[in-house]
Amino acid sequence: MGNGTHLGKVRGLGSSGHGAQHWLQQRLTALGNILLVGFLFVSLIRLPLGDHAAVLRWASNPTVALALILMLVSVFWHLRLGLTVLIEDYVHGEATRLFAIVLLNFYAIGGGAYGIFAIVRIALAPLSVAPGGM
Amino acid sequence: MAGNEPSARPRAPHLQVYKWGPAMTVSILHRISGDGLAIVGACLFLWWLGALAAGPDAYAAFVACVWHDPDAGTFHQITNILGKIILVGLTWAFFQHLFSGLRHFVLDTGAGYELKTNKLWSIVVIAAGVFATAATWLYIFKEALNG
Repeated sequence: MGNGTHLGKVRGLGSSGHGAQHWLQQRLTALGNILLVGFLFVSLIRLPLGDHAAVLRWASNPTVALALILMLVSVFWHLRLGLTVLIEDYVHGEATRLFAIVLLNFYAIGGGAYGIFAIVRIALAPLSVAPGGM
Repeated sequence: MAGNEPSARPRAPHLQVYKWGPAMTVSILHRISGDGLAIVGACLFLWWLGALAAGPDAYAAFVACVWHDPDAGTFHQITNILGKIILVGLTWAFFQHLFSGLRHFVLDTGAGYELKTNKLWSIVVIAAGVFATAATWLYIFKEALNG
């Protein structure tokens, strides 16, 4: 698909001029992921994961909740960049590729929002009352 | 394939003409582990987080499906085994993608492209990913056995 030819550029299939931005965002979110997913990994190893109350206490701590929200932003931004490249490499045909990219954006933004909303529910739930099912 | 190309523009030779090496392996593993984390890992994490927010019953249902169900039927016996396989796989994908990503940071500075150095660090990344995964799960099972 358009290797930067004039026709390719006109069709939006060649170099879009955003390569450096993609590259930089991938590196910056990668740095964020090292710190934040590293934090999650250590936490998961140390937590009694079968104990709902204990895990809930951990997640409702304001510092932990903030770290988890930042992690979701960093992770879903990073995975959106990575899966975009995957689609660009392996999905051929303009319509199919566009559909895949749209689906990916729904997944990345929707998934991130779902996760952030879940953490907000946990962090802001009244302490005395167990958070109700939704 | 040659001659059947829709365009006469020059192309890179097909992959199979190259002798397979560690740098190629670590490259494709970076993509596989990244995509695994992005799809399977992220979905499992959201499922866990949603269950955690929804309350003790939903959380217990998640644990019973993915990890351990005290009175498991056939379905949960299967999902418990699958859950552990997926969790081990995600642990490996995490470490593989992490170490491989760190390698990319070094390569970004322009270092490590000499053939021997590149080969060495590619092998180190793959070995470290497997080693860290094994160490993590040995730790988890040791903790589980001790109480």
